[in-house]
Amino acid sequence: MDSRTSDPVTRVPLRSTATTGLKIVIVGGFGVGKTTMVRSVSEIRPLSTEETMTSAGVGIDDARGVEGKPTTTVAFDFGRISLNDEMVLYLFGAPGQERFWFVWDRLFTGTLGAVVLVDTRRLADSWYAIDRLEHHGMPFIVAHNQFGEPTHTLDQIRDALDLSADVPLITCDARQRESSKGVLITLVNHLHALSSARQVTS
Amino acid sequence: MSPRLEDENPDRLYMVTGGRSDVTDDGLDMVTLIVSECDPTPGMQSEHARILRLCKNPTAVVEISSELRMPVSVVRILLCDLLDMGRITARTPRQAPARTRLPDPEMLKQVLVGLQNL
Repeated sequence: MDSRTSDPVTRVPLRSTATTGLKIVIVGGFGVGKTTMVRSVSEIRPLSTEETMTSAGVGIDDARGVEGKPTTTVAFDFGRISLNDEMVLYLFGAPGQERFWFVWDRLFTGTLGAVVLVDTRRLADSWYAIDRLEHHGMPFIVAHNQFGEPTHTLDQIRDALDLSADVPLITCDARQRESSKGVLITLVNHLHALSSARQVTS
Repeated sequence: MSPRLEDENPDRLYMVTGGRSDVTDDGLDMVTLIVSECDPTPGMQSEHARILRLCKNPTAVVEISSELRMPVSVVRILLCDLLDMGRITARTPRQAPARTRLPDPEMLKQVLVGLQNL
């Protein structure tokens, strides 16, 4: 990870009118480009911090694998986008592997939605994340981070991930600001469609 | 991910929090914005003073954690102390959606506009 950049000198404060913090989580395996995507759209250099869980803070469902350890620590990166005078969107890059799941609960509570960032060389890394997101009822889209020549079609990726037809799947280049911005817009459009549909039915 | 706190002295974190390891349902999310309501005073615990200086402008819990180089859970304990003393206020989101509840379309529209203007 190339993101140990908590330099207080470069710290950019929020506007004094900011009232509402929102968050979107970008999930993916190691090296898939989570921090790259955060960096390409963030107004600050990605920062890093840690969440520590004591065994007392771990829910019953998540206690497997952490017994006997007083604390477990997960590091994650985040960036920030001031959307307007009041709203600030935080982007979190979260490791998708099974052993980090215990921190997801806390991270995902109140999250607008998630982007699953995938790499066709390691598609299997995403299966677990997608499964857990579906299980949690967390809305998400899948973005294929394509570095070079396309080797797989989106249909092939959808099949390989066993992704249902109603989950948006797009290609992106996480290094490009416009492309990463497009990923976030696709997610929020998807959330808006889900939310509007739910209002109609309720 | 290389844990930055590997070199951190656990005793120091213990001291900072007065030995508490977690707080129950403090309502502080990672993105709750914290604002100072007063200046640091002499003799104040140094972490409290740092938070008060940092939060002259609204600052998210997670940013405080990053600046102080302390885990989010430790920072939340410090923030609860300051909240109890009335030295900071927390700007909680207009709605804190339950895990399965979707945010309202109007708010999402504002998010979209903000992203499109990037």
